[in-house]
Amino acid sequence: MMAPLAGTDATLIVADVAVIGAGPAGIAAATRAAESGLRVVVLDRGLETGGQIWRHMSGGPVPRMAQRWIAQLSRSGAQVIHGTSVVDVQHEDAEFEILADSSGSALRVRAGRIILATGARELFIPFDGWTLPGVMGIGGAQALLKSGASFAGKRVIVAGSGPLMLPVAASLANSGAKLILVAEQARRSAVMRFAAGLWRAPALVVQAARYRARFLSTSYSTGTWVTAAHGADRLESVTVTNGRRTWREAVDVLCTGYGLVPNIELARLLGCDTRDAVIVVDAQQRTTVANVLAVGEATGIGGEPLSLIEGEIAGSVVSPRARISDALLRKRAALEIAARRMLDAFALRQELRSLPTGGTIVCRCEDVSYGAVKDAVCARQAKLYTRVGMGPCQGRTCMPGLDFLLAWQPDTVRPPIEPALVSVLSSELADDAAASILFNSSVGEAYQ
Amino acid sequence: MTAHHDAVVVGAGIVGAACAEALSRSGMSVLVLDASFAGSGTTAAGMGHLVVMDDSPAQLALTAYSGRLWAALAPELPRNVEHEACGTLWVAEDDEQLEAVRAKQSVYADSGVATEILSPAQLAEAEPHLRPGLAGALLVRGDAVIYPPNGARALLQRAITNGASVREGVRVNAIGAREVIAGNERISCDCVINAAGALAPELTPGIPIVPRKGHLVITDRYPGFCRHQLVELGYLTSAHTMTTESVAFNVQPRATGQMLIGSSRELVGWDGSINRSIVRRMLDRALDFMPGLALASAIRTWTGFRPTTPDKLPLIGSWDEMPGLWIAAGHEGLGITTSVGTGQLLADLITGRAPAIDPAPFAPSRVLAGVGEH
Repeated sequence: MMAPLAGTDATLIVADVAVIGAGPAGIAAATRAAESGLRVVVLDRGLETGGQIWRHMSGGPVPRMAQRWIAQLSRSGAQVIHGTSVVDVQHEDAEFEILADSSGSALRVRAGRIILATGARELFIPFDGWTLPGVMGIGGAQALLKSGASFAGKRVIVAGSGPLMLPVAASLANSGAKLILVAEQARRSAVMRFAAGLWRAPALVVQAARYRARFLSTSYSTGTWVTAAHGADRLESVTVTNGRRTWREAVDVLCTGYGLVPNIELARLLGCDTRDAVIVVDAQQRTTVANVLAVGEATGIGGEPLSLIEGEIAGSVVSPRARISDALLRKRAALEIAARRMLDAFALRQELRSLPTGGTIVCRCEDVSYGAVKDAVCARQAKLYTRVGMGPCQGRTCMPGLDFLLAWQPDTVRPPIEPALVSVLSSELADDAAASILFNSSVGEAYQ
Repeated sequence: MTAHHDAVVVGAGIVGAACAEALSRSGMSVLVLDASFAGSGTTAAGMGHLVVMDDSPAQLALTAYSGRLWAALAPELPRNVEHEACGTLWVAEDDEQLEAVRAKQSVYADSGVATEILSPAQLAEAEPHLRPGLAGALLVRGDAVIYPPNGARALLQRAITNGASVREGVRVNAIGAREVIAGNERISCDCVINAAGALAPELTPGIPIVPRKGHLVITDRYPGFCRHQLVELGYLTSAHTMTTESVAFNVQPRATGQMLIGSSRELVGWDGSINRSIVRRMLDRALDFMPGLALASAIRTWTGFRPTTPDKLPLIGSWDEMPGLWIAAGHEGLGITTSVGTGQLLADLITGRAPAIDPAPFAPSRVLAGVGEH
């Protein structure tokens, strides 16, 4: 267990491998690495193992496959530290030193390898009224459902893009919500082509059919999107369009999101190359920085099965007797094809670039309107002149949407990459700091 | 061939913007050029403290003069400049520093700057989150803070209203005799003002300006936690002495309720990366004075480069090596404050009016004469 902190001293953990993120990719990577005898520490922001997907998207009890993996992880000897966000990382000699805010205390982790499994977050595109109470993210709605919030009797529209809308719509229908419409912005032909290609991944077809069955009475409209939300103090109605016809629907709740954005801030701080906002990795999941690997959604949105396989591969690559089975590589290749098909099918339509009007609030933290930023020459200029993306969330919510709308390149990354207590940033290791005992001393010796 | 201008200002930081404002107000036709966009260099990184400082009589004269100009300007500034008349508290840790506070008070009084000395109890009431046991403080009510990038833009906007034009994204390759060369363009003019800050030596070789790096940390919003700009008395020593690195306690309340935590000084060339050990030392110093900051959430850090001269005074005046060339650069950590004084002084010199303060200490020729650190 972690040693109590004295003053502003940081706790130190020394490991062979530090895995950042305990979603499916991080779990698989940590499990395989720890099974090989390495000392593995997993740092996760959440309070439970499983990441966003198993925490929020499963729409019910933790799925059986997830339970199996979580059990394997706990048997593997990897140590998971929850409530911990990584704020900085430095590279010294052959070792990385990670600084984390661990439930308000400073934690430093030294490790020879890092596996980034930082996942993804929802992409929001701002439109008039999106800040009204009653409008929420698709993932946010799922989180509310899991925490016991009731949508019973509420008129709900789920609008946006991507396969994640299906399980959320199913959960909402299950919980008694009056689901009025599920609006997918992608064209019908593209979605159908994608669905037809799913024979490569039969489990997904079954799953999708099961979700769809739960809200059969509701229309699933492709080529349809919400352009504005209306209401005095809270959401009362939304404007919906399919490009030909535009109409109003009275609603209590709008769940919206346009897919996922990889979390690449830590990778960029480490100096890893990124391309199209995704961490670049080779066939062994290695990034362009030595001893840094990356897995899961942060290397490209591909879903849970692909994340697990990438995690397994990375966990094996760092193992003393690295051996990757051909079966794993073949499975990854097939799933990568499916992932590309999915991204193509749900590509965002051009019309969405004109969703916000001049008066639309784009940054809720700093109350900045679209009109104030749309003529900026770059993200940095907009930030300096208007404070867009400079509030407590540091642009995590608004900047990906603005990057999409205005084709901005992401600004530079500096520590802390997440807000951190001043006491954490100013913490130092005590002169006599000893690594806290997390590992059985004989375990690490397998790694030579 | 571009039209002829009376003056071309190179650099749209806050100093270049203030020069353009003052020159255009004097009736000159002014063109401002910037390689990037207005306020994007040192201006963007600065704290925005409008402060009277007394490291030298000349510094005191320029900062006090500039303070008066800012105060006159304040009611006309757009809201996004976030002018807040929060005052400065120079905090004394012990009786020896309190003696220095008394000396400071009389020096300020001689320059017409009103101050008050706060007892430990008054200090605790004014700033409840400072640690107990401090000896007192000097309160300079006239000091203020602004948001620097928008301060620069507001001055530029006034220049534009006076008829000036501004071209951003135009990199000046060379400054010649009464002309500026930018890409394939030769822009002719009666005078060129090199206001390129820490980059000024690239265009005018021989200017002894070096970049002096600083770090800042900004917190989430804690309205009322800190009410004045708080500076330790030792700050002046940190700013004056040209050591390789130093830190000093310097915390500023922003209009948003956020706090800026500074300050640091390093001579490391143009390396803009975050130096973790300096950030730690800086935060430690801040925690020493304000222990409650430990539980504040820090949301961002950044660095910037102060254009620093050997005697810590800016270069304001003609550059005799090149006909028609004037310098307005080298403002170290005081450029936001002294921008408006610099602009007015330079405009007075160029148009042949009598300046309000003695220009001699700022004359660029002093560095040609080899004035070193004093």
